[in-house]
Amino acid sequence: MTTWPILSVVTFLPLVGALLIYLVRGDDEAAQRNARWIALWTTLITFAVSVILVLRFDPNQTDFQFVEKKNWLAAGISYHMGVDGISLPFVILTTALMPFCIIASWKSVKSRLREYMMAFLILETLMVGTFSALDLVLFYLFFEGGLIPMFLIIGVWGGPRRVYASFKFFLYTLLGSVLMLLAIMALYWNAGTTDIPTLMHTAVPRNLQTWAWLAFFASFAVKMPMWPVHTWLPDAHVEAPTAGSVILAAILLKMGGYGFLRFSLPMFPLASHDFAPLVWTLSAIAIIYTSLVALMQEDIKKLIAYSSVAHMGFVTMGIFAGTIQGVAGGVFQMISHGIVSGALFLCVGVVYDRMHTREIAAYGGLVNRMPVYALVFMVFTMANVGLPGTSGFVGEFMTLLGTFKVSIPTAFFATFGVILSAGYALWLYRKVVFGALTKPSLASVKDLTLREGVILFPLVALTILFGVYPKPILDMSAASVQQLVNNYNTAVTAVKAAALLQ
Amino acid sequence: MIENLGPQLWVVLPELLLALGAMALLMLGAFRGEGTTGVVTGLAVALLIVVGIVVLRQQGGQAFGGSFIADSYARFLKILAIIGSVATLIMSTEFLSKPDRRIFEYAILVLLSTLGMLVLISAGDLITLYLGLELMSLALYVVAASHRDNVKSTEAGLKYFVLGALSSGMLLYGASLIYGFTGTVSFAGIAAATKTGSVGVIFGLVFLFAGMCFKVSAVPFHMWTPDVYEGAPTPVTAFFASAPKVAAIAVFVRVALTAFPGITFQWQQIIVFVSIASMALGSFAAIGQTNIKRLMAYSSIGHMGFALVGLAAGTVEGAQGVLTYIAIYVAMTLGSFAVIMAIKRNGQSFEKISDFAGLSRTNPLLAFFFAMLLFSLAGIPPLAGFFAKWYVFVAAIKGGLFTLSVIGVLTSVVGAYYYLLIVKTMYFDEPLPTVDPVRIELRTVLAISGIFNILFFAYPGPLVSAAAAAAKSLF
Repeated sequence: MTTWPILSVVTFLPLVGALLIYLVRGDDEAAQRNARWIALWTTLITFAVSVILVLRFDPNQTDFQFVEKKNWLAAGISYHMGVDGISLPFVILTTALMPFCIIASWKSVKSRLREYMMAFLILETLMVGTFSALDLVLFYLFFEGGLIPMFLIIGVWGGPRRVYASFKFFLYTLLGSVLMLLAIMALYWNAGTTDIPTLMHTAVPRNLQTWAWLAFFASFAVKMPMWPVHTWLPDAHVEAPTAGSVILAAILLKMGGYGFLRFSLPMFPLASHDFAPLVWTLSAIAIIYTSLVALMQEDIKKLIAYSSVAHMGFVTMGIFAGTIQGVAGGVFQMISHGIVSGALFLCVGVVYDRMHTREIAAYGGLVNRMPVYALVFMVFTMANVGLPGTSGFVGEFMTLLGTFKVSIPTAFFATFGVILSAGYALWLYRKVVFGALTKPSLASVKDLTLREGVILFPLVALTILFGVYPKPILDMSAASVQQLVNNYNTAVTAVKAAALLQ
Repeated sequence: MIENLGPQLWVVLPELLLALGAMALLMLGAFRGEGTTGVVTGLAVALLIVVGIVVLRQQGGQAFGGSFIADSYARFLKILAIIGSVATLIMSTEFLSKPDRRIFEYAILVLLSTLGMLVLISAGDLITLYLGLELMSLALYVVAASHRDNVKSTEAGLKYFVLGALSSGMLLYGASLIYGFTGTVSFAGIAAATKTGSVGVIFGLVFLFAGMCFKVSAVPFHMWTPDVYEGAPTPVTAFFASAPKVAAIAVFVRVALTAFPGITFQWQQIIVFVSIASMALGSFAAIGQTNIKRLMAYSSIGHMGFALVGLAAGTVEGAQGVLTYIAIYVAMTLGSFAVIMAIKRNGQSFEKISDFAGLSRTNPLLAFFFAMLLFSLAGIPPLAGFFAKWYVFVAAIKGGLFTLSVIGVLTSVVGAYYYLLIVKTMYFDEPLPTVDPVRIELRTVLAISGIFNILFFAYPGPLVSAAAAAAKSLF
């Protein structure tokens, strides 16, 4: 269909940008400016190229598109790239958010700017690669490779406890992933290949399914993160620089959910069915428990981090409901959360750049000095709560709908999360924005600059657009979700029927 | 017999060349004095390269009734050992340029030790094995103590010698038991005689393996490693960590797979135990280290544990995994030692991990390469170290060694912690004064090793298929 390897171009273009920045010598103002502009242009061009993917994408087709395949490691392990309706939204989310991250770091990062921009561009390559890899080893390469730049971003440009946070992030994620690596090897010997499309159509023995599911779960549950292995996330979020938090919340967390959709459900349907109650329970606990924890936070970023865990709980619940609404809602919720949580961290970054604190108690009455900011922040707060008319509502509603069909108790408890999220989000908003402006340090604070407006207004528009008109994302993924759910249900019912016959 | 000698000598041509060359260089040094150190070292490098080319172009074959085997397995590992020796000789030039250390014997000892390695790698019976092992080790003992006026270096040499002699004794005892119970010393003969395996043979096998575990510094025979690594001059440590490890693991794999295929199940348990113990000790004991060379010692113990995972599988995939692992390990180790040697301020070497503080700001390129090597040693994709681990564990999973694999990958996470500590020191900590400009030979070794590590994923074909072909020739 295409004559040039468009997906590889999207994947490796940022790497080229990183090389260009490397060639910019010196640490003076001119070199820094060059590094910033190269990074911005690279991410913009990458985004522009990725838009071609959307234009040429055929949403009615369930197969992978833009496929590229080359021999690589050994027989059965190849360089295989491609996207379908489930992965394409994530690719676009990644390429779309990167320019925002670069602009958000325009002024706030002062030391070692070249390395900073290079780390982000390399990270972009690895993230896009993760979502478009169609070979398990290739996927693992991108998935784990992302740890290195993120470790450096948190550790070099992070806050006071950055060393602790970066180590925790790295080791937690690695620990989960190495088990997945063993499962990948077992699958390789089972099917003789690590080709994802082939593996999706290969029946995996029941016993192996169980163990492989658990191993993949170990990796994705940490990445997601699910309760109780979420504790690395608040630390990483609090210590990471603003753009790092944005990437972490908006994209890295989605790799876990993407993994469940790409591997757990299609390759291990029986194990997924067996373990679904476990996932539901953990999700429901995550939603309620982390929402309660969020109510107690004193740090703005930590609060948003805990709310992320709660929102990811809706995603896992929806995915493992195994219904069309649940899975489609999970995909939508991830995209929406990518936009909203990314924007919330950007909002925190705006006030952090002015006041250099993230203590909730240090703020109050910002609406008096920053009316535009108050408005923008409110939109994202409402989206975080899941107010109808914002994108946050659509995802939560669909996942709950999908879950009600299979497990009423889970959906019942999860619904409490909607109320609790209103509690902590509105409380945060009141503390920070409303009230009298009594703190002297806030007296001279300025409203959004043009640069900040440029990064926040498009996200406001997207949040509201997808809230009232979610069709573009749902349509894009519909055929793939349909096929995924059909295959899952066929596999599960076949086993049930066989059990009945005996 | 005499008319057969010609073709047989062709098989041992590389070893002959190396032996004669080393003798010639010894004469040169002995008659011309210490002033020739530089020349002798340069010629030694040239000689090794010539030998390497001969090895590459050589036809395979056997000599002396099967006691010397030059197959593609031997070729692969010989090239690797020669690369290790060449790199260390190149990196030693600064060490040898100081007035009080102009010892031309250094290069000759490295040559002789390499000769021992080549013999060891090609060993087809227990006698050749012992000959090669002793030639290699005796030269190594002396090299360890080559910084004569330094107490630590002398102590390292002595310690290595005493413990090495003990292990050689064990190995020899094991070999004699095996000979006694099978009536032959050739690997093929032993394989034929041990289809079932008697208690006596297993007894001998344990002693033999104990001796070889000592040489690869696998737990529980690892105690010498940290002390010798720390005490020996840094170029010598780099040598210890690379070439001799190649030769020792080579003969270990060859003996296990070709001499005892009938009793695989018996020795597999030993290897599994040794492997788990090495990986665990290598990861946990390294955490508390403050000296970078000691840390590298524990790291190498751990890495030998990982390499042995492949041997534990006892299959052709396993052997291929070991070969790939050891090749990538050599590349990573040489690069890392090049960095360690490059940390000098005003001509003074530094060996504490804290001496790397803030290196990313004073010398970004050096720090970047070292960070990549450390991530690679930790086995993080997409660096070469990940592929090394992939090949050994994929073999272990196929062989059904699930417990070993799970423990292995978990210890690799623990191991990642201490590699990260060094990255943290270089990238997150406040910088120390800038380091001296890095010498050209270190830069060359580091650049080759670093680029190999970073870009291995893009073109893994040649190494992987060479390792596969080499592994096949054992079966």
